[in-house]
Amino acid sequence: MSGLRARLRKWPEAAARRLPVRGSRALAGFFIVIGIVLPFFFGQTSGFLNATIIAIAYAVMSLGLNVVVGFAGLLDLGYVAFYALGAYSLGWFASGFFFKLNVHVLVSPVASTLPGIHLNFILVLIGAALICAAAGVVIGLPTLRLRGDYIAIVTLAFGEIIGTLAVNGQSIHVGGGMTLTAGNLGISAVDQPYFPGIRFNLLDLRPWYWLILGILLFVLFVNLRLRDSRLGRAWVALREDEVAAVSMGIPAVRTKLLAYSIGAAFGGMSGAFFGTYFTVVNAAQFQFGFSIFILAMVIIGGLGSIWGAVVGGLALGYINNYLIPDVLNNLPSRFGLHFQLTQVEFGIFGFLLVMMMLLRPQGLIPERRRQLELTAEITAEDAQLAEAPGSPGSPGSTT
Amino acid sequence: MVVGGVPPPTAPIRSRSSQACIRTPSDTSYGAMETTTIPPSAPPAARARPLAAVRRFAGRWGLIAALAALPVYYGIHDLTVGYQAGVVAGHAVIRHDLSNLGFNFAVGLSNGAIWALIAIGYTLVYGIIELINFAHGDVFMIGSFTAVGLYAVFGLTPATGGAWLVVGLLIILIITMLVTGSLNVLIERVAYRPLRNAPKLAPLITAVGFSFILQNVGLLWRGGSPQSVPDLINVQQTVFTIAGVPIQRGYILAFAVMIPLVFALGWFINSTHAGRAMRATAQDPEAARLMGINVNATISLTFLLGGMLAGAAGLVYALYQTNVWFFQGFKAGLIAFTAAVMGGIGNVRGAVLGGLIIGVIQALADSRLGPQWTEAVVFGYLIAIMVLRPRGLLGEETREAG
Repeated sequence: MSGLRARLRKWPEAAARRLPVRGSRALAGFFIVIGIVLPFFFGQTSGFLNATIIAIAYAVMSLGLNVVVGFAGLLDLGYVAFYALGAYSLGWFASGFFFKLNVHVLVSPVASTLPGIHLNFILVLIGAALICAAAGVVIGLPTLRLRGDYIAIVTLAFGEIIGTLAVNGQSIHVGGGMTLTAGNLGISAVDQPYFPGIRFNLLDLRPWYWLILGILLFVLFVNLRLRDSRLGRAWVALREDEVAAVSMGIPAVRTKLLAYSIGAAFGGMSGAFFGTYFTVVNAAQFQFGFSIFILAMVIIGGLGSIWGAVVGGLALGYINNYLIPDVLNNLPSRFGLHFQLTQVEFGIFGFLLVMMMLLRPQGLIPERRRQLELTAEITAEDAQLAEAPGSPGSPGSTT
Repeated sequence: MVVGGVPPPTAPIRSRSSQACIRTPSDTSYGAMETTTIPPSAPPAARARPLAAVRRFAGRWGLIAALAALPVYYGIHDLTVGYQAGVVAGHAVIRHDLSNLGFNFAVGLSNGAIWALIAIGYTLVYGIIELINFAHGDVFMIGSFTAVGLYAVFGLTPATGGAWLVVGLLIILIITMLVTGSLNVLIERVAYRPLRNAPKLAPLITAVGFSFILQNVGLLWRGGSPQSVPDLINVQQTVFTIAGVPIQRGYILAFAVMIPLVFALGWFINSTHAGRAMRATAQDPEAARLMGINVNATISLTFLLGGMLAGAAGLVYALYQTNVWFFQGFKAGLIAFTAAVMGGIGNVRGAVLGGLIIGVIQALADSRLGPQWTEAVVFGYLIAIMVLRPRGLLGEETREAG
């Protein structure tokens, strides 16, 4: 058991040591090229391509949550709120939902004849990011005086409130007989993205794939630049020791709020994509379990690690949308058990979370700094009780 | 007599000094440096804080005002506008008194007794290892399921009468408490103890993981939709009436289980050797170990107690609500956590008080705004507590909430 654990901990470091920096850059380029040509190897409507699109969109969310939880160390259990707000931005600004209004900006000829607000998908994407960034600040404000577990609970409460608003939005009137959301009926007939010369429909998934791949690459680029920026270092400093960071002149309030809003913006972009891809914005999607699902991606990938977040998002995306429903779903019945694997998928994720934390807490592709932290603490065996919870002397070690 | 009031040791002195340095307006940086203990979360107090007085006032009275808002509003509403008490011969009967509000309170307090039992589990565990045991609500759910499963084993049906019903339910109560207590200990052993010296995020995540695992166990056990269970004690039968408020059997049941258990727990924590060990460990695990206390065993004991109370709550819930489903634990867990925070986490009396208050808020929201909004109202209160008074009604200031 311990041998397995040790080996599980060691292999990526060994791999990373063998791979020089320039090599990893070439590797990234290689993966991007593979990513771009990937859809040509699969049918236009293949289930695998569909799963890949969803997995990439999850990876975008995972990158967003990684900013909040991984970089800044603020445990956010209400990330589903930004999925909801992103999806509703699309539902509001790219469909006939607000049927009394007539706004059309750069949309397809068909959509420009329909009532409602119809904005180009890029505008919706920007709008979703802005709305979610603002919501991130709102959610972040009450948590500023709190730490650790309390932050988790407040964000969870916000996520649940947004979910409740989405479900009950049908009874909130915004004037002119229009309501805030369509509740569990869903806002349907949302616009498909419109770019001249490219046809987006569900008979050909390839344009969708390239669209979400583009979003992923953009978010990835922003993430990499942020991590190495002054702001990124400020986040890590706050995460590691807030008192020390503040005394070195880092503005705690602004830095934390920026983490919330930037993380939220990425979630909103992915949510807007999900809205148009699923062609419906349904309140039933926005459950607490989704927040945990995204959190599981970040944890499994490795907290604070950008590539880990991508890998974790893709891995859980495939497990959730391909492996469990398509490949392994009937596994229990083969053992004479009367249930399907899709019923217990959250149990599986829960199990993965527990196993990951116990066996490999630094994740698949650990961030180097956190790696050091964890191994140092594990080797210091006698530090167990000195580090035990409740010890008063370690106010900063709450990441 | 403090019932297990286990305040974390750091705060009071620090907070007082920080308030002092906020109060003096002539806060030069030199003066700020004299009070060296800046609380970890607050920004450096060198800057003048114009809103400090407002915030202090809000911290003292804001939560109480927020809590009183709903009952006072609806009380005035009932007295002035009136409420519909029924329909007689096609005409709505409008009455102007407080008995409707009293009815809300009766329902709320009895529900709150159940939340209080769960909230104690949160507060005990948080008091001793500063972990939000996310799986606790689902342990409660497993308790409900176990109890309902045991109905059939003991042959209890609504037709079962008198003495055997009471004896059978008592036996079921004890078995359920043992099952959930052991389950909670098991979870601690598997998911939390190996992570005792890991970053704080780690056990919280395994707690969430276990919550999902238990939910899916419940899902496979009794299916995905709420199931009605036999109404063994005829819960809705009115026993007596106080001031126009009918007191049903269910209300009495909830308190008849909650009050003895809370007193037993208070006695255990305050008067036994193991209870003293718990309080010592909560104050300072390392010092407790040096004094010869087995810290791991004490933490296990805490989980055992919390799990047992959750099991008792599970049985009461099944008897009271006469339906169970796998998701009940998640909702109940969040409500009970809100209760624990409201009362002041780490404080058993606070958990009971918070549970009763949250129960009333929930009942008011259920009957006046509609049950679909209850969740939003309860969580709105949770956020309000966090903003206005993170230490809760009875709690001391903690490091987390500073």
